[in-house]
Amino acid sequence: MKRIVYREWHLAPQRYWGLLALLASVAGIGGLAFWYMEHQGHWVTGMTNEIVWGTPHLFAIFLIVAASGALNLASIGTVFGKTPYQPLGRFSGLLAVALLIGGLLVLVLDLGRPDRLIVAMTSYNFRSIFAWNVLLYSGFVAIVVAYLVTMMDRRLKAYYKTAGTLAFTWRLLLTTGTGSIFGFIVARQAFDTAVLAPMFIVMSFLYGLAVFILVLMFACAQDDRPIGAYLLNRLKGLMAIFIAGVLLFILIYFLTKLYGAKNYDLVNYYLVSGGRYTVAFWFGWVFLGLLAPFGIILHPVLGRDRRWLAGASALVILGGMASLYVIVIGGQAFPMSLFPDKTLLESGFHDGVGGQISAYAPSLPEFLLGLGGVAVAMLITAVGLRALQFLPESLADKEIDPHAAVKA
Amino acid sequence: MNNPSEAIDQGRRGFMRSAAGVATITLAPGVLLHTLASAAPAGPTAGQPRAEPVTDQVRYGMLIDTTKCAEGCTACVSACNRENGLDLQTMPEGADPALWDRQEARWIRKVKVQDNLTGKVSNLPLMCQHCEHPPCVDVCPTGASFKRADGIVMVDRHLCIGCRYCMMACPYKARSFIHTNVEVKLTLAPRGKGCVESCNLCVHRRDNGQASTACADACAAAGHGAILFGDLRDPASPLSQALAKVPSRQLRENLALNTGVRYAGV
Repeated sequence: MKRIVYREWHLAPQRYWGLLALLASVAGIGGLAFWYMEHQGHWVTGMTNEIVWGTPHLFAIFLIVAASGALNLASIGTVFGKTPYQPLGRFSGLLAVALLIGGLLVLVLDLGRPDRLIVAMTSYNFRSIFAWNVLLYSGFVAIVVAYLVTMMDRRLKAYYKTAGTLAFTWRLLLTTGTGSIFGFIVARQAFDTAVLAPMFIVMSFLYGLAVFILVLMFACAQDDRPIGAYLLNRLKGLMAIFIAGVLLFILIYFLTKLYGAKNYDLVNYYLVSGGRYTVAFWFGWVFLGLLAPFGIILHPVLGRDRRWLAGASALVILGGMASLYVIVIGGQAFPMSLFPDKTLLESGFHDGVGGQISAYAPSLPEFLLGLGGVAVAMLITAVGLRALQFLPESLADKEIDPHAAVKA
Repeated sequence: MNNPSEAIDQGRRGFMRSAAGVATITLAPGVLLHTLASAAPAGPTAGQPRAEPVTDQVRYGMLIDTTKCAEGCTACVSACNRENGLDLQTMPEGADPALWDRQEARWIRKVKVQDNLTGKVSNLPLMCQHCEHPPCVDVCPTGASFKRADGIVMVDRHLCIGCRYCMMACPYKARSFIHTNVEVKLTLAPRGKGCVESCNLCVHRRDNGQASTACADACAAAGHGAILFGDLRDPASPLSQALAKVPSRQLRENLALNTGVRYAGV
């Protein structure tokens, strides 16, 4: 394999500053949305005492899950020794840290008391998976930064493999922690299953890869750096495997739920009678987010066109948001089984009288706060690319010898 | 290796000193307030404010006899709202009333259920069940959601960061988030925007040595007597005596939470 030369992003100043200004504006609007929600209180959102986690959480969880998935590309190179992926390692680490910070920011800014962040950092209840996640998230940033240093500083090359293995192990723990936030909730039928932990890991592989492909293509296109067909082909193959993985876990989730008669109504809600959640499940998640991109990348003609690959990645991201909408909002909207053998006729606190699904209509500030988090993640990536040598000068086939792994 | 002849960088030293000073000035008031806030309250003998720490020699709980709970009566709900200042919440200007109805905090509500097999209809008040193993306490990242030694499950308003994970985890949907500013509040319930709260079995009454809760008193005054409050650990208490005689159950007993609130006739 040739020696890979990494270079800072060399964009024309107008274009670079224009991009930063655009991202900063979106982040700024997100900041204003936060200020409005924090100042007024959550009554200006669509969130209620029934739907306690709303649109900001969809963005936050998506970004956090995608962050650990974006690190996969580095892990495949380091931990599993696949040399064609090694040139992607630095960019993979940068994107992972950026996405995680963006996601965490949204999560923190949606708190009822964001001013008490210091309490969250100093007062821990170690029975809570949330408390563990605070440590898992901050540890992730520290470990990936250390991992990046071992990639970029030749003197620390000896620690490269160790740091990479630690980062890979940590990202698996992190996504297990994120899935467990829902898996450990015994109160709600849609959650309350350990399968959500590995399911979130597979979802992170897929969503992180989709974000990685899109941002990589954009970053290279802006600076006229080539990406070879060989590399894209490998990424495409990975995406197909991860899509199949998510489909398998969806199947396992429903089979797990169907095993007990008490969950027949939940499965019926998701698959048949759940209104917008059923539509989001079938059309948003399964069709748009999984089957359509699967078809595109395996198509003999379309699969070779990189614009279609970019389109498939975008669909995976949309489907990813739909999946979290179905899991997080849909899971809360399903009426809680307060009296399993009875029908609720009246309630002074809603409670899903007569099996009614809880209403949730997201408000604009929630959506803008989420978009602000995405903009912050992209802003960090853009500054990182410009300031340090994260991106190889070329990812052309001749630079990344396809047979290097065989020879080694 | 340092060069001993190299002059000490005074500018850098000055910067470090200033940075340490700024950090101390920034953090110290917060640390002090936090320490003061977490100081343990003195605590009650009968009819007197509490002077002793709360102990696990008592476990407060309730028996709700649904056969005595009258359809259409909301005396317990009104009494709770008044006692705990929930009636002081006002809908923010410009809010959608239907949405606000789902955002306003409630500690207790009346529900009416019908048995799917027998068709029997029951009315009952539903509130925090004060579990022995409360899921809300397990999931709270900061320890704000906690269980007192006497079994009361409540929220420490100083530690709650408003993440709402406890609301996700509560199997009885007993908790409410404060969605807006509260202008007028009671000293005993200093309600603040952005925190979560729920029924605390009128904890102020416990700490003042009073005998019962607002809901139980109101139910008795309305002539129903469906709510019996007392000490589950004292075999001689009217609550324990009633529980020994009447068949009762926990709601969602399959979760094995050992609730402090028990129901009869449902």
